[in-house]
Amino acid sequence: MSDTIIVRAHDDRPAAFTQDELGWTPWLAPLSENELTERHWTGLVDASRAKSSYFMLLARDPEILEARTKTDKDIFYNPAGGLPRAERELSAAATSRENGCIFCASVHARFASTYSRRPEDVQRLLDEGVSVDIDQRWNAVIAASVALTRTPAAFDWRHVEDLRRSGLDDLAIVDVIQSAAFFNWANRLMLSLGDPTAPAKG
Amino acid sequence: MNEMEPDVIDLLSGIEKGSPLDGLRAQRQAARENAQKSYQALFAPTSLGSVSAKERHAVAAYVAGLHRDAGTLAFYMDGLGAQNASRSVVEAIMAEIAHGAAEGPFGRYPRGPLAKEDKAGHVGRISKANRRTLGARLSAALEHAHLLVFHPRDASPAALQALLDAGWTTTEIVTLSQLVAFVSFQIRVVAGLRILAQPTRQA
Repeated sequence: MSDTIIVRAHDDRPAAFTQDELGWTPWLAPLSENELTERHWTGLVDASRAKSSYFMLLARDPEILEARTKTDKDIFYNPAGGLPRAERELSAAATSRENGCIFCASVHARFASTYSRRPEDVQRLLDEGVSVDIDQRWNAVIAASVALTRTPAAFDWRHVEDLRRSGLDDLAIVDVIQSAAFFNWANRLMLSLGDPTAPAKG
Repeated sequence: MNEMEPDVIDLLSGIEKGSPLDGLRAQRQAARENAQKSYQALFAPTSLGSVSAKERHAVAAYVAGLHRDAGTLAFYMDGLGAQNASRSVVEAIMAEIAHGAAEGPFGRYPRGPLAKEDKAGHVGRISKANRRTLGARLSAALEHAHLLVFHPRDASPAALQALLDAGWTTTEIVTLSQLVAFVSFQIRVVAGLRILAQPTRQA
C-alpha cells in the first residue's frame, strides 16, 4: 500500500509571498495515470489536470473533486455580470494572504495582476499584508474577503455597505462572498496536503 | 440526484424561492448546483467507501461548532442523529466544540521575513475521557479538523502521519480533508448571504 508520508530531502520552501510561479509537492501519494478509471477522469474534469500531482491526489475521491472543480469554475470564470475577473482573483489572493497559503496566493495574485494590469498594487497586498491601503474599492474587496476568512466569520453589514459604496451591485457582492469562501476551501487543501516549492532557478 | 431535496445553502441562509437572493444565486447556477453536489458527494455519496456516514457528520458538526454557526451545527447534528449516534458521542462532540474554541487564522510561517507575522493560538486536543467515547480514529479526525479550521498554515507531514497512525488511509485522508474544507466554504457562503439578505443595516 502507498499509505506513507512522502518525505522530501531538500527544504526549498519559499519563505515569502511572491507572484513568481511556484511548484507544489504532495505529502501523500497521488494516483498515477495507469491507475485512473473512467470515474477518475470524470472527476478530473479537464484531462490536462492529470499532469498535476495536486489534482491526482484529490482524484482519490473523484466525485467531490468533480463538484469542487465545477463550483470553482463558475465562481471565477462565469463572465455574466457581477464582479470583474480581476477582483474575483483579488479576493482569492487576499483570502490566501490571510490564511497564509503562499502557493495559492502566488497563483491568484498573478491572475489579479494580469486581469487588472496593476501588478504593483497586487504586490503591495502580498508585501504589506491585508491591511494595505490601495484604494477604496480594492480596500473594500480585501476587507470583506478577510472578514469572511476569519473563524468565526467577522463579515457584517458594514462590509456590504462599503462594497456598495465602491460601486458593487449585489451580484458582484455575491461574487466576493463566493470567491473568498471558495478559497477557504482551496487554501485548506493546498496547505494541508503538501508544500510549495521554490521557482526553478535560472 | 434528488430534485426534491432542498438546496442546503439556501436552507441554511434562509433564501426562499422567488426572493432577490434566489435570483442572484440563479445567476451563478453552476456554482449553486455543484455546491449542492459537493454536499451530496460528501454526505450522501453513491458509495461511502470506508469513511462512515457517522464519521462524516460528526466531523462536519464539530467544524460547524468551531465556527460558532448555530444553524449549520444544528443541521449536521441532525444528520449525526439520523446515523444513530449515541447520546454520549453527541455530548462528547459538544464538549470538544466548547473546549476547542479559538480565533483563526493563526499559525507559523517558514523561517524568514514572514516570521514576524507568526501568531500563536489554541491547538485542539481531544480530552482523554472524550477520546474513550469517540475512539482513536474519530478523535484523530477531529484534531486534524481543528488544525484545518483555525491554523491551516501549521499543517505538516506529521499531522498526516497522526491520521495514518489512527487508521486513516491516504484516500480516506483526502475525503476527510475535502469534507473539512468544504464545510468551511459552505459556512462562509451562508454567513455572507445571510448578511446580504438583510433589508437594512442592523447594528
